[in-house]
Amino acid sequence: MEAAIVSGLQGLLLGLSHLGWGHVVMIAIGSLLLYLGIAKGFEPLLLLPIGFGAILVNIPLAGLMEKGGVLRFFYDTGVLTEIFPILIFIGIGAMTDFQPLFENPKIMLLGAAGQFGIFLTLLLALALGFDKLEAVAIGIIGACDGPTAIYVTSKYAPHLLGAVSVAAYSYMSLVPLIQPPIMRLLTTEKERKIVMGTVKQPVSKTVKILFPVVVTVAASLVAPLGTPLIGMVMLGNLMKECGAVERLKKASENEIANIVTLLLGLCIGATMEAAKFLRVETLMVLVLGLIAIGLDTAVGILFGKLMCLLTGGRINPLIGAAGISAFPMSARVVQVEGQKYNKKSYLLMHAMSANAGGQIGSIIAAAIMLSALAGMGIV
Amino acid sequence: MDIWTFGWSVALIGMGGTLLVLWLLSLLILVLKMVFPYKAENSASDKG
Repeated sequence: MEAAIVSGLQGLLLGLSHLGWGHVVMIAIGSLLLYLGIAKGFEPLLLLPIGFGAILVNIPLAGLMEKGGVLRFFYDTGVLTEIFPILIFIGIGAMTDFQPLFENPKIMLLGAAGQFGIFLTLLLALALGFDKLEAVAIGIIGACDGPTAIYVTSKYAPHLLGAVSVAAYSYMSLVPLIQPPIMRLLTTEKERKIVMGTVKQPVSKTVKILFPVVVTVAASLVAPLGTPLIGMVMLGNLMKECGAVERLKKASENEIANIVTLLLGLCIGATMEAAKFLRVETLMVLVLGLIAIGLDTAVGILFGKLMCLLTGGRINPLIGAAGISAFPMSARVVQVEGQKYNKKSYLLMHAMSANAGGQIGSIIAAAIMLSALAGMGIV
Repeated sequence: MDIWTFGWSVALIGMGGTLLVLWLLSLLILVLKMVFPYKAENSASDKG
């Protein structure tokens, strides 16, 4: 009897006796993510489940990521199969309004320049000794687009999923801190004061309906491996614009997006086990991710300066910073920065055009990269 | 293929390809807007 009680009590202490410093650090990191999401409002929809998932997976002997564990089940069925990011894309498409892009299509080019950080960071990652597919996954943080980063990383470097996802979502929420110093560094005060004219051009409903279909066909023909990404975003957008499937549109932007966001967040957190996450390579991924977004911003602004030159000074180079996928946060940063130097300057709509271009650009860049890898026989 | 041939090839194809595709898409938008111009009477159906 006494022996049974002692054994039972020892069982209660098993978790504590297996608790290592790595678990404690990871529980602290998970708690920090919770704090950033709840108290600071940084991407709470993602950081909360990621933070909690990180805590859960670092409880010794809980076995949530072991074979048969609940998080392992979600991870295997949703992340490894790429189903979760794909479903998120439908929701993103259903929530995205491409109207600013229709009003000023040439600004879309800034959305391409805003992706160059992906490829420059890929080169940096290779220089630092990461293998080819790891470098691809790290570079994709520069897409500034969480689902795209998760899609590519889960496909080609799943062991980096935790670090890449945390970097992608953390830096997206830190865009208001990351971008302004780069904007000031690369532009003159005269450029920052440029006032851009208004571009209010109504667009017919037919154009809005045809756009997702045309983009899907055209972009998928160029980069077939990106069809799941492009196709799902455009499917969501078609449901939004056609007005014929209101229930499906609402389900995509609410129920589906919410459920998948929760499960995806938990799964990302579940990849943050101490033994796998607390490595020098994680720190390197986080630093390279920050560099990627900085490079995106820098190249976008430089491209904006080129467009300013070519148009005789009619384009404010600051809007180049909005050529990333962080929508509409980046456009708002541009507006705030522009107003600091010229109270009569209203850059928001122009920056929104660049930002919408960045949303498409990030998916196109990933699609082209995947197709290039396939062409080279790497994947 | 060595890592630098790989890296620079992906970078050049990626940057050039992204720029080219987005430029084509911007042209497609212009064509769509020309073929299906906005008409004032569209506004009622747009709201519906």
